[in-house]
Amino acid sequence: MYGFEAMTFNIHGGYLEAIVRGYRSGLLTAADYNNLCQCETLEDIKMHLSATEYGPYLQNEPSPLHTTTIVEKCTLKLVDEYKHMLCQATEPLSTFLEYITYGHMIDNVVLIVTGTLHERDVQELLEKCHPLGMFESIASLAVAQNMRELYRLVLVDTPLAPYFSECITSEDLDDMNIEIMRNTLYKAYLEDFYQFCKKLGGATAEIMCDLLAFEADRRAVNITINSIGTELTRDDRRKLYSNFGLLYPYGHEELAVCEDFDQVRAVLEKYPPYQSIFSKLSYGESQMLDKAFYEEEVKRLCLAFEQQFHYAVFFAYIRLREQEIRNLMWVSECVAQNQKSRVHDSVVFIF
Amino acid sequence: MTTTSSWSRALTQISPYTFASIGIAISIGVSVLGAAWGIYITGSSLIGAAIKAPRITSKNLISVIFCEAVAIYGVIVAIILQTKLESVPSSQINEPESLRAGYAIFASGIIVGFANLVCGLCVGIIGSSCALSDAQNSSLFVKILVIEIFGSALGLFGVIVSIIMSSQATWPAKSG
Repeated sequence: MYGFEAMTFNIHGGYLEAIVRGYRSGLLTAADYNNLCQCETLEDIKMHLSATEYGPYLQNEPSPLHTTTIVEKCTLKLVDEYKHMLCQATEPLSTFLEYITYGHMIDNVVLIVTGTLHERDVQELLEKCHPLGMFESIASLAVAQNMRELYRLVLVDTPLAPYFSECITSEDLDDMNIEIMRNTLYKAYLEDFYQFCKKLGGATAEIMCDLLAFEADRRAVNITINSIGTELTRDDRRKLYSNFGLLYPYGHEELAVCEDFDQVRAVLEKYPPYQSIFSKLSYGESQMLDKAFYEEEVKRLCLAFEQQFHYAVFFAYIRLREQEIRNLMWVSECVAQNQKSRVHDSVVFIF
Repeated sequence: MTTTSSWSRALTQISPYTFASIGIAISIGVSVLGAAWGIYITGSSLIGAAIKAPRITSKNLISVIFCEAVAIYGVIVAIILQTKLESVPSSQINEPESLRAGYAIFASGIIVGFANLVCGLCVGIIGSSCALSDAQNSSLFVKILVIEIFGSALGLFGVIVSIIMSSQATWPAKSG
């Protein structure tokens, strides 16, 4: 019932929506980033962060700080907030919040499987997993030898199970297979999330479908660029694109046959929203594309806060926080390695 | 008209007291519904937003008071309307003047009830946005408060019209 959510949304969602907007006001601002960029050591960064909402999390860290500690603690804050919201949420918001973590689950599964393939220690891999994407039996992923076992032993009990239907094969796992599995899973996940949001209706559907369509398009472009020059056939590449988004279906047909970056660019420049992204990049330059896409995403996520009475603010908040953690990671890496001149290369200002 | 069974007969034969009482009940009941609806919309947002910005609580109680005022309009009109109820001898109960009085009270009740229902909703939704935006930027509070005052005035229109209308409710003189 579009336009009438305002009347009933607050029964279940009003309190949490207000909370998430409160959390949003705690995001670092451009002034904070400017201060952080001036820092000489990780101690300085800690000092600057202690004035922000990260303060209590970094307070008791012993002195030789590492970049990983900072990132870990900042992620911990996000996880705490997420868990708090999940506790308070009722249907369908709780399902919506759970959907947000499935992406991390897929990444964690891929991380563990790839790690085991290269004979890394499972415990070490588990520490690297994103805490939002953890599930109970994740450690036993290491024993699986092929996709079928992976599914049967572990993933059948997780929410990811339905997404596996398209990629169960008895082939042994190798790097190529795993990457295809990741993208197939992600495709199924995005399509499922898209359908779920559409079912919710109203402003949630309107805004979320837009954000997910952008996500799907970005993945399509990344898949295309990463698969240039590999043995992935055109049809296989085409199969990895999600079946929605601005590029679907004609853009996908064109992307599937692209053979270098400039062809990808030519395809995307036909779509006005993406034209602005590419106008910032000079020809043949694909490294800055990630940053350009992140900037566009942040812009769109911030716009989600302009409307009230919908669920997209939860998605937008968690995504913005993740971007902020990426920024902090980059800034602290630059500071730790004395590369301060490169600090602005990858930081995406949120406000 | 008196012999056929039809809507017009039903509307003239039903006691005007029935309509008058339903009108009074609607005036207060639906007004309170609107006020309560508005208060929970505002209240749930206000509580959530106050966690990170406790300074907004006392200022934003104004939004709750605006919603409450809507219920008070309903109470006032219900009291005015019930003073208009007078007893007439049963022989005169179906006279046109009695019917007019009954319908006038009924209509007053409906006017004030539904005007206050939508007014309460309107104030509640604006109040919720007001709390959220005040938490982000305190200079927005006064600006949104102005919008809220205009929303709150809508309920007053209903009250004015219904009071004028209820003054039409005169019952036949007892002597007749």
